[in-house]
Amino acid sequence: MKARIFVTLKGGVLDPQGRAIHHALEGLGFDGVNDVRAGKLIELDLADGTSDEDIDAMCRKLLANTVIENYRIEKVA
Amino acid sequence: MKSAVIVFPGSNCDRDLAVAFEAATGAKPTMVWHRDTQLPDDIDLIGVPGGFSYGDYLRSGAMAARSPVMQAVAQAADRGVYVLGICNGFQVLTESGLLPGALLRNAGGHFVCRDVALTVENAQSAFTSRYAAGEAISYPVAHHDGNYFADDATLDRLEGEGRVALRYAESVNGSARNIAGILNDKGNVLGMMPHPERVIEAAHGATDGKRLFDGLVEGLLARA
Repeated sequence: MKARIFVTLKGGVLDPQGRAIHHALEGLGFDGVNDVRAGKLIELDLADGTSDEDIDAMCRKLLANTVIENYRIEKVA
Repeated sequence: MKSAVIVFPGSNCDRDLAVAFEAATGAKPTMVWHRDTQLPDDIDLIGVPGGFSYGDYLRSGAMAARSPVMQAVAQAADRGVYVLGICNGFQVLTESGLLPGALLRNAGGHFVCRDVALTVENAQSAFTSRYAAGEAISYPVAHHDGNYFADDATLDRLEGEGRVALRYAESVNGSARNIAGILNDKGNVLGMMPHPERVIEAAHGATDGKRLFDGLVEGLLARA
């Protein structure tokens, strides 16, 4: 079983990386980009039967810092 | 007076901090490796040094915060042992939950490496007793992730309880309310981005950091 964990900065948290990417896109001539936010994708290869609670605990205890980040779990068949 | 300095793979200020501890205490600190599960008995002071522990993988300080030795540091802090986290050490302490908030990427996106002007906000703490409240001092900084973040309620609580020990007196990294260093609720844990251990002797070009170590050790000896 595989799971994808998407970790993103919370709404109010400044994202200098996203801002730099935004500027670079504008520099390449791409107009109309309103905002860029950069995050992380973490792919987990898990033993079959790993519980949703365990995956959630992995996110809370290590993969995301919930002071500044949100996470979303996507299970892949 | 027994002190220890924690060493993670990627720490690079551990020996500087050991020199500062030895100069203040008169005894060499024990260097404790990240895989160790125990600290020396009767430890009085623990240093969590600067550097790039675990290559800053995942988030600065995130892996170090979950290393075996940090369990022991958390238990010691809970018993009232004094803990000083500098730079990456501050990041490790917030990731461990020993201090509130988090250190984000610098607002300007750049690594900042220079001397910065600071104000001592709380001169009553064990770490700042040899400074005057409101005193202007200078320590060097060298970090990419020093932009302190916490929600407004946490920031208000820190301010209200006198737990902002040091504040930047100039624009450095976008830190909320220019916070450079904070104390835990009991006052025995200090995390700070600037490096006092880099300004403790004349050969460093400045000695503003020496009083932090001398005052801390003096206070600990008086308490014992």
